[in-house]
Amino acid sequence: MASKHLATALHRSFRKPAAGTTLINRHSLSTATATAIEPLEEDSNGVTMKGVKISGRPLYLDMQATSPVDPRVLDAMLPYYLSRYGNPHSRTHLYGWESENAVESGRAQVAALINASPKEIIFTSGATESNNISTKGVMHFYKDKKRHVITTQTEHKCVLDSCRHLQQEGFDVTYLPVNPDGLVDLEKLRESIRPDTGLISVMMVNNEIGVIQPMEEIGKICKEFNVPLHTDAAQALGKIPIDVDKMNISLMSLSGHKIYGPKGIGALYMRRRPRIRVEPQMNGGGQERGIRSGTVPTPLVVGFGAACELAMKEMEYDDKRIKALQERLLNGIREKIDGVVVNGSTERRYAGNLNLSFAYVEGESLLMGLKEVAVSSGSACTSASLEPSYVLRALGVDEDMAHTSIRYGIGRFTTEGEIDRAVELTVKQVEKLREMSPLYEMVKEGIDIKSIQWSQH
Amino acid sequence: MLRHVTNRILGQGLRLPATPAAVGGSGLPRMYHERVVDHYNHPRNVGSFDKNDEDVGTGLVGAPACGDVMKLQIKVDDETGKIVDACFKTFGCGSAIASSSLATEWVKGKKMEEVLTIKNTEIAKHLSLPPVKLHCSMLAEDAIKAAVKDYEDKHSK
Repeated sequence: MASKHLATALHRSFRKPAAGTTLINRHSLSTATATAIEPLEEDSNGVTMKGVKISGRPLYLDMQATSPVDPRVLDAMLPYYLSRYGNPHSRTHLYGWESENAVESGRAQVAALINASPKEIIFTSGATESNNISTKGVMHFYKDKKRHVITTQTEHKCVLDSCRHLQQEGFDVTYLPVNPDGLVDLEKLRESIRPDTGLISVMMVNNEIGVIQPMEEIGKICKEFNVPLHTDAAQALGKIPIDVDKMNISLMSLSGHKIYGPKGIGALYMRRRPRIRVEPQMNGGGQERGIRSGTVPTPLVVGFGAACELAMKEMEYDDKRIKALQERLLNGIREKIDGVVVNGSTERRYAGNLNLSFAYVEGESLLMGLKEVAVSSGSACTSASLEPSYVLRALGVDEDMAHTSIRYGIGRFTTEGEIDRAVELTVKQVEKLREMSPLYEMVKEGIDIKSIQWSQH
Repeated sequence: MLRHVTNRILGQGLRLPATPAAVGGSGLPRMYHERVVDHYNHPRNVGSFDKNDEDVGTGLVGAPACGDVMKLQIKVDDETGKIVDACFKTFGCGSAIASSSLATEWVKGKKMEEVLTIKNTEIAKHLSLPPVKLHCSMLAEDAIKAAVKDYEDKHSK
């Protein structure tokens, strides 16, 4: 507990600027040789970047995009950069041996968090690579007998893109629709299973709306039909309890930088009993049981392992705390403004992900006013095309509501003060934008917006 | 050990840099032009006129499904044909708000025939809109034309 308070204090001191001076910047380290490509203009009045000027750094409420590295994790990693820098595959000297030990103990820490054996963990560069190996690797291996894949419409882009690639190669893919609350319909899943189904892929916790899928029930169905189950647990690891045996999971993708670990590392869980086989996507020296060749990055693995161990110890405490913060955020906003809709199921939801739609206000303009809070949106203007987020569309959200969604990510280091300030800023911006909104005006006059014939552009 | 590392990290962080970070200003790609941010933070002429008023022309363009709806209203002096006042309300991104706000600024004090010549390219250039946002300026031009047409429809009856 003391270490946790210290970690939080450390983290906060990194973020608050010291009186009258600038924040930690690259120039303070004498070893810094590379300069930033687009440097911030930082002075004592604030930060200017991309034409926006704010005082100090924004509050970070985008934990689903990435999370800050826990200082205790960084502590564990540093020796492996500075003094114990051997390659874990060097068999002939101490540097290699100690590096290999570190990798194996990291492996054990990751395995313990999901109730698996260390022999079932393969390290990769991230959940995206693990998803690629799972979908394409499995189907290529079993391509003679199995030609069908089932997945959902709300999966992460890397899974959907891999499935599209498989479709181009001639496999069949079923993209299951979801209910308006974001959960998979188990009956539809059951009906779509065919004798040649080679893989079912359903993500455990959705990154956009935070909905938790009923993995145990899906696992039972997969066991009944004897189809391997793959799940993308990047957002779920360390946040909800995962047991690969109870959920009958054959393959699971894990990510390091979502649980306060370093970026650039992930893992793939591959069940050994019954054994699931994949075709490797990275060929080379046969590291990681031949599944993923390439030098295993020891400091990143050590960091990932440390993050998993911390997550195991602190999952319950963090969960309680984050739930309280989520309620504070939602109630704080709902008290002051109406027309707030929570996207996705409110019961089966990870507390740290709050995706809200504000009626009659557009998402990008809201984000522009929320520059002091780092949040993300599912609106069209923020993506390169003019299409709103495909996840929200799969939920059946109306087009105009899909344009207005904001995703708040709450994490281990989020404080009550940050939540209060976020509530204050959000309410202020929404009220200001509603003043400017012709739709809000029409609604207040009693006109039904849905009945108007708009002039399409 | 932890404290030692902590002091080192914190110590380095709080050390004052010798010179402030000098940075080149105008060569960097900006996402929002300053003018767009300015119009967003200080929008001019937000509001509503009574649309049943004789002197008022209302243009309502766009669709919520596309993410952009603009309502532009003009108040015209009947004798001179000049626009004496304008106001707007917009549901849309920052560029849409800026485009419509700018449109209300430009139409004030001009004759109705004159404002019909305002082109979306001029609006886009003034706000340095990137290509993906050009439709916002088009919508602003359409809103101006719709408002003028509405006024003329009222007076031709």
